[in-house]
Amino acid sequence: MGYEFIEGNEAIARAALRAGCDFFAGYPITPASSILHHMLELLPQAGGTAIQAEDEIASIGFCIGAAMAGRKAMTATSGPGMSLYSENIGLAIMGETPLVIVNVQRQGPATGSATKGAEGDIQFTRWGTSGGLPIIALSPASVEEAYLLTWVAFNFAERFRVPVFLLTSKEVSLTRERVDLDAIELPARVERARVKAEGEYQPHAFREAQDVPPIADFGGEHVARFTTSTHDQRAFLTSDPAAIQRMIDHYETKISAAEEELTLLKRDFQEGAEDLCVSYGVTSRSVAAALKEARGRGRRVSSLVLQTLWPVPEAALRAALCGVRRVIVPELNMGQYRREIERLAPPGVEVIGVNKMDTTLISPREILEKGGLL
Amino acid sequence: MSEAKAASYLSTETVPLPYCPGCGHTVIASAIDKALVKIKADPRKTVIVTDIGCIGLADRNFTTSAFHGLHGRSITYACGLKLARPELTVITLMGDGACGIGGTHLLNAARRNIGISLIVANNFNYGMTGGQHSVTTPSASLTSTTPFGNVERPLDLCATAIAAGAPWVYRATAYDKDLPDALARAISQPGFAMIDIWELCVAYYSPRNDFKKADLLDLMAGQTVRFGQLADDPRPEYSESCRRAQQTAPGAASSRREIEVRHSHRLERQIGVVLAGRAGQKIRSAAALFAQAAIASGLHATQKDDYPITVMTGHSASEVILGPERIDFTGIDVPDHVVLIAPEGVKQMRARLAALPETSVVYADFALELPATRARVHRLPFAEAAQKTGKTSLGVLALSCFLEHQGMFPRAALEETLRDVLKPEVAAASAQAAAAGAALADTIAAG
Repeated sequence: MGYEFIEGNEAIARAALRAGCDFFAGYPITPASSILHHMLELLPQAGGTAIQAEDEIASIGFCIGAAMAGRKAMTATSGPGMSLYSENIGLAIMGETPLVIVNVQRQGPATGSATKGAEGDIQFTRWGTSGGLPIIALSPASVEEAYLLTWVAFNFAERFRVPVFLLTSKEVSLTRERVDLDAIELPARVERARVKAEGEYQPHAFREAQDVPPIADFGGEHVARFTTSTHDQRAFLTSDPAAIQRMIDHYETKISAAEEELTLLKRDFQEGAEDLCVSYGVTSRSVAAALKEARGRGRRVSSLVLQTLWPVPEAALRAALCGVRRVIVPELNMGQYRREIERLAPPGVEVIGVNKMDTTLISPREILEKGGLL
Repeated sequence: MSEAKAASYLSTETVPLPYCPGCGHTVIASAIDKALVKIKADPRKTVIVTDIGCIGLADRNFTTSAFHGLHGRSITYACGLKLARPELTVITLMGDGACGIGGTHLLNAARRNIGISLIVANNFNYGMTGGQHSVTTPSASLTSTTPFGNVERPLDLCATAIAAGAPWVYRATAYDKDLPDALARAISQPGFAMIDIWELCVAYYSPRNDFKKADLLDLMAGQTVRFGQLADDPRPEYSESCRRAQQTAPGAASSRREIEVRHSHRLERQIGVVLAGRAGQKIRSAAALFAQAAIASGLHATQKDDYPITVMTGHSASEVILGPERIDFTGIDVPDHVVLIAPEGVKQMRARLAALPETSVVYADFALELPATRARVHRLPFAEAAQKTGKTSLGVLALSCFLEHQGMFPRAALEETLRDVLKPEVAAASAQAAAAGAALADTIAAG
């Protein structure tokens, strides 16, 4: 056993390789570029394909094509690139493409501060393409979690045939930490269900709305079809409202019905605590430090750290919100996820945001002071 | 199905083709079908990739695999499919509108020589959205967006593709008798092949501009536009080039480095250290070496770097946290120790230096002007000492001095890290710098 001292982006690249990622396309952008560098170095040696595309639209386009041809594909960018991914994210949802998208968030909007951190793309990730259909998004708080959640992201992408976002930030991706990657317990590796039957392949075959259809890779033993346009289960253009709604219900339900399976979080509850901190990403580490101090002074306070942001772990949140008086939600944005907490909080529960976007981290002291935990 | 016997790849389920009577697209789709028959395409190994525009409706009429994507982006999916499975025959079918919005993909697929074929159904306007002008609309033409005649110069797709490096380029009209043959050759090319097929949009362009089949054929005969084979200059396909480059390149050494805990430390609580200087001083590397030495002494460590986007100019600062326990917050509100080796670093740290409490300790080069601070300041001749060991070892020298003075972990851990991590020629200079830095610490003790 040995330690390493590596940044989050290296952990993401290595986890991807270990998960069987064999296709990567990306376009240079700070603070995501080192993922591109690592993949361009590591993937060809492992028998995979890595390419620097002409722009972000091509990056995700290459990945969608490769993923539908059977590859496990990943791309990585930051806020400006996410904007350019937007239309193709909808395409990946429409065609049920297994795909991992890393967003190393940086201070925005627009070009913002390239080398500075923020977590301002939380709602953008959920609502970042037209149509409003769901995706999956995971948020790591450390280099170790970047490794673990990249692995999980591939599993979820394969399992649900949907784009899965790893919502990291400059603060996790470019911060180096002592890690022992081999000691991280990883769940079993998941591969997409592939069509076994002979005969005509239906790209979107499901009986119940939440079923995830088995896939036939382009270039395999079946004639395959994929379309961006409104289609039926055979991927043929349709204008039949019943067939259209059937597909929409499917995209929606395959994610919403799997909330429990998709919920990843860390609980640190104290009996009788009336204060609860709900956090995610790098800010959850400030919460951990703040809690140590508050508890050291005899204050009873609980913490719920979300690793899954989308779909919202509603059941877990409702349970955690039950019986508390105040909820503190610190975020490196102006209160994006607080909206989800507010809609789930029972009447009478006070929801307090601790927010800033000045490129610095929210410190434990700010949480204690603004959260009223002193 | 026996591919060799396929009489047609047009689906019996989705026929007829959905186009206006007289539309060139029907002619082109039929010619593609004949080309597929000619090359005996395996429908499972052949993908027709389309995007938005009337011609993009055609893929579903074929019995091959089909991929219908976003406007102008079909080349990107085609490239992804081809890169993933080089054995596939990937045919991209686009309109002239898509060549505008997705022009960069055309240029780059041609430049890279990715082995897809690109068939452009070029009818000089957007048929699907109401006859607007496209990048190939001839000058002075009337369209719904050029009511006074087109003042834009049309893009010569073939010349553009050739300039971008496409090895195989052909211009045809939909009415060429040998169109299926030309298509078959395009589809069979190992590298990037483009065929630009001029045709009629009977709904918009033709009636508005009184442009008929005869006019198109006159254009061809008049030799003002070049038709036929315009480039046939094969070169290695992209994936093949990648394989060759990889085979001839020296194997990349693994950058993975495991750190064994061979020393012990004396830290009872977490400390935050900032090393600040200027770009080019190897600040980040020095801080990382220092942190790795701490890890080799059983400590937890994090490192956050701060530098402007212009890497070689301005300040550079690294924040290292060391602690006996897992580190939660990775920021440093109040540094316990600040090591300063250049004015740019002082400038960047100015406000934080001014706010330091008495408990903080600053190690600063003699020559630096510092703001007033309550912290304890040790002035040291870092730069002077580094003249012997090289400017790029200044960070290691200063951190070694700080380490020797504070004694959080043994100097041997740092020396071993320098030896294990750095290239031999750099390691020697760094080891000298570490020794020189440690010697400076003795002068603090003496003073």
